[in-house]
Parts: sequence; structure tokens; C-alpha cells
Amino acid sequence: MEFTAKEICELRKRAAQLRSNLIDMIPPGKVGHLGGSSSIMDVVAALYFKIMHVYDDPKDPRRDLLVFSKGHAVLAQYAAFVELGYVEREALKYVKTLECTLQGHPDMDHTPGIEAVTGSLGQGLSVCLGMAFGLRLDKKDNRVYCILGDGELAEGQIWEAAMAAAAYKVDNLCAVVDVNGVQATDTVEHVLPDPNLQKKWEAFGWKTIVIDGHDMKQILDALEEAKTVKGQPTVILAKTIKGKGFTFAEGKAAFHNAAMNCEQYEQAKELVKKMLEEA
Amino acid sequence: MKTGNMRNAYGQALLELGRSNGKVVALEADLGKSTMSNMFGNEFPERYFQMGIAEANMISASAGLALTGHVAFANSFAVFASGRPYDQIRSSVAIPRLNVKICGSSAGLSDFGDGKTHQSVDDITIMRVLPNMKVFSPADAAETAKMVKVMAELPGPCYIRVNRNEVPEVTDPDEPFEVGKVKVLREGTDVVIFATGYMVYQSLQAAETLQEKGISAKVVNMATIKPLDTDGVLAAAAGMKAAVTVEEASILGGLGSAVCEALCAGPAESRIPVGIIGIQDTFGTCAQSYEELLKYYHLMPEDIVAKVNSML
Repeated sequence: MEFTAKEICELRKRAAQLRSNLIDMIPPGKVGHLGGSSSIMDVVAALYFKIMHVYDDPKDPRRDLLVFSKGHAVLAQYAAFVELGYVEREALKYVKTLECTLQGHPDMDHTPGIEAVTGSLGQGLSVCLGMAFGLRLDKKDNRVYCILGDGELAEGQIWEAAMAAAAYKVDNLCAVVDVNGVQATDTVEHVLPDPNLQKKWEAFGWKTIVIDGHDMKQILDALEEAKTVKGQPTVILAKTIKGKGFTFAEGKAAFHNAAMNCEQYEQAKELVKKMLEEA
Repeated sequence: MKTGNMRNAYGQALLELGRSNGKVVALEADLGKSTMSNMFGNEFPERYFQMGIAEANMISASAGLALTGHVAFANSFAVFASGRPYDQIRSSVAIPRLNVKICGSSAGLSDFGDGKTHQSVDDITIMRVLPNMKVFSPADAAETAKMVKVMAELPGPCYIRVNRNEVPEVTDPDEPFEVGKVKVLREGTDVVIFATGYMVYQSLQAAETLQEKGISAKVVNMATIKPLDTDGVLAAAAGMKAAVTVEEASILGGLGSAVCEALCAGPAESRIPVGIIGIQDTFGTCAQSYEELLKYYHLMPEDIVAKVNSML
């Protein structure tokens, strides 16, 4: 499937709006996972607004399933849920408050549109594998998408799931690794380097596609290609910039989970305004 | 006395569930020939997921199957089904209250030859502490079979601990298993013994001996450890001089603790002395037979008799 320049342009605008929603959740002084949410935002925009089957009812049985295994970046999903009408815009103000709709990590019981409970890292790909098994058993063609972090790949369970998904030839599952190169305390290279990422996924039997995770055309093409892959699961290694779009936060571990000060927040608002204008 | 093998009963019940309920799936981690989940796998290969020796993946994948409308039975030895994937059970399964049924097989000391790494002294405790989790510990083969079928219908996560041995039948096979209900198997007036699993049989034996000595012991089968039948525990303890709990598991945080929590939350007269019999704060060890281990860890009828005598 070829995407038109107009479609790509619209999705860029979506992504800009989602980044705008993102900063609405974390006003000055409020701690939030800005870095990892903005690095995956372009992929999220492509998934919810073009690639996946998405309906007004977040529980529609025809829907495709998206699970953030890197659950701390759930703010990216919340940003999309507002646009999809799953949650009120007002709810963005109350992220991570007592008994709020938008919890600090994905919680299906609290938030319409969330498909599982994740956040304890390493588990989401296995959950998605079980979903893919279940859909296949029921002869349904819904697809399952899993967002992983590159730091998260140190969790052994990821590779248990990777091995099993290939062994069972699960082709209704597509994982996207947000390769932003930075984790909680430092760069991935300094914490636990993994120079063979692509070879590793290939060796585990996955169709492996490497893209620029901020290039909308590349994102769409890769996700479309994944739909056509038969007999094996697909992983998209999306090279991204942590904190993408927010220059003061880009590439910084300090903004893995941090609060903006007033000056940074004003700057962030200016930056998203510009993004919306330019898109 | 009629006996039955608990793991065979489990495997047979799972197989029958597979026949009656197309939504039931089973997962295992290379121990299906021991847990007997392979009985299900042989008949329903498309609904049986051999996950390899990867319990964490097995549990989270069970969650995914439950999320797509299936009832997922995850099978391994009790140690590898509870402690090893504890966080997967906690996060993927228990928080969202999913229909994942975890079978901890070869529980307690029943895998006598394999020693400390394979004997579950802690599974009751760590499963009991999880919010939303139900914990079952059948006393015999018939109760195991009934329980498995009830678990499939029960919404939310469950843990069942299954002994690997041939054990005497102590429950009434015609009586249905009721979740969260204590069952008095023998009436008595002096002391109440709350027991679970194979320890129910040991307690009934102890009660016989106590009777000969003029002590009337009530024996209660605690097949559901969580949710605990608090009212049932209080009623069974009412008017007794003492209570004894018996479990083939650590004395810390298991059945004994649960009974104490129930009794101390009740009215003043329910706060009777409680003796907790179980594995002292230690791991297991190898032996040549199950009975040898039960003797070593003081889980024999004579140990229960001695405890009762020391309390009256």
C-alpha cells in the first residue's frame, strides 16, 4: 500500500497534536516520562490513526490490539486516546492522581483503550504472544502490536517470548522497538550495550526492519510490510531520539522521568506550536 | 482405604474440561509428563502451548490468552509455577484479575527425591499475599478433580497446589466442592485441627489416636486457603480449648497465619491458643520417600498428637 503525501502530512500533524497533549499532562513541576513518550509518538500516531483497525468503541471486537510493554511511556497512548475520544481532554490534567483514569502505568481496569497491565518491564511481548495465540485459535485476523524499549531488551523474558513467537510462526504479531538509546540512568551504551540488535532479532527468527522512527513514511511502510509477512513475527527497530521534539530534553537520561521547569514548559509549548504550524 | 493419585486426577479433570469447554487452553514448561497436563495436550494439540523451559513467558502469555477470552491453565511444578514467575503472576495476571489458573504440581515435599530446589515450602504464602488471587489446596484426588472444574468457571486468577502422590481419599466424592468453605470432616469437642492437602489425612489419623486417649478432636479440611472462610473458622473453633493448624508448607504466612488472622479478628472468646504445624523456616531436602520427609519435618500423625497434648 502506497501512502500519499497528504496522508503522511496529516499524520505528522497528528503526531504534533499528540506531543501537544503530552505536555498538557506534565505541567511545570510535575514528573512524567517525557523522553520515552515523545520518542515513540510518531509510531503511535501511525498506529492509531492509519495502520490499526480502531473504532469508536475501544472494546470493539474487530479492533487491533496495541500493548506498551515499555509501560512508562503510556502518556503517548493517553495523548492518542484523547483524540480518539476514549478519554476526556480534561483527564489529562489529572494524570497520576489518586483514583484517576490515567494511571502512571498502563492499567486496563482504569483506562478505556488500554489492553493489559504492563509496566513491570519485559512482560508485554509475552502478553502479546498470548493474545496472538488466542486470536489465531479463534481464527480472527486482528493484529497485535507491542511497543518495546531498547533498554527493556535486557529483560530475559523478552527473548523467551521472541523465541516462542518464532517457533510458533506467529505472524499476527508485530513488535516495535523504540531504539532511543537512552534509559533511566544513562545511555543504553553505557548501561548495557547491545551492538547486535538487528542480528539478534534476525537470529531469533523474526522478520527485522530497521527504520528512522521519526520518518512517517518509513514508519508507515514498515508497518504495512509487517502485515504481509507470513510464517514469522515482525520486529521494527525504530531508531528514535529520546525526548524528540523537545530540544532541551532530547537524548537526555535526565528527561527519562522528570519535571520541566516553567521556562522549559513555555519552550515546549512554543515547540509544539511550531510543530503544528509546520506539519 | 481407597486412594487416588492427585496429579492424575488433575490431568484427567483438565482433559474433561477441554472436552466440555472449548475456551479452555493449557500451557506448560516442559513438565507436562509430570504435571499430567500432557493428557490435555494429547487430545487438544491446537489448544496446548508447550512454552519450553520459560515460565515467565508462559505466565504472561497465559494472560494474553485470557485477554482474548480464553481460560488459560498454566502448568509447572509448584516452585516454578509460583515463585519463579512471581512478578509475571503479580503484574500480568493478578492486577487485571485475569482468567489464568495456575497449577503448582509436585507441591510441598511430594517431589521427595529432587530436594530443596524442587520442593515448595513457600508457594502458599507467596500466592496468598497476592491481591485477587484465590488459593486452593485439595486434600485428595476427588477433591482435586472437582476443584479444577470449579476453577474454570470461577472468574479471575486461581492457584492450585497438587501433590504428585497416591493419597488416601478423605473427602466425600459425591459432595460438591464449595469455594471458600471450610469442611468439617470429623466432629470433636476438645480441640480443632485445621489442615490442608495431604495433612488432612494425617490429621484424621491423629484424631483417631487422640480419641483413644480420651481427647475429642475436630478435623477441618481447609481446601480453600484464600478467600478464607473466616466465619467457618470461627464457628469451627467456637468452644474449643485450642486449635492446631497443619500444612505441608512453611509455618510462615500460610494456613497457620490465615487461621490466626481469622481467630484474632473474631470475638474475644475466639482467641484460643493456636499451634502451627508445618515446615519450620527452612528449605526442603532429598529423601528416599515422601514418608521419610514427612517424618523428618515432623508432619506425621504422632507429631500432631504431640502438639495437641502439649496444648491441652
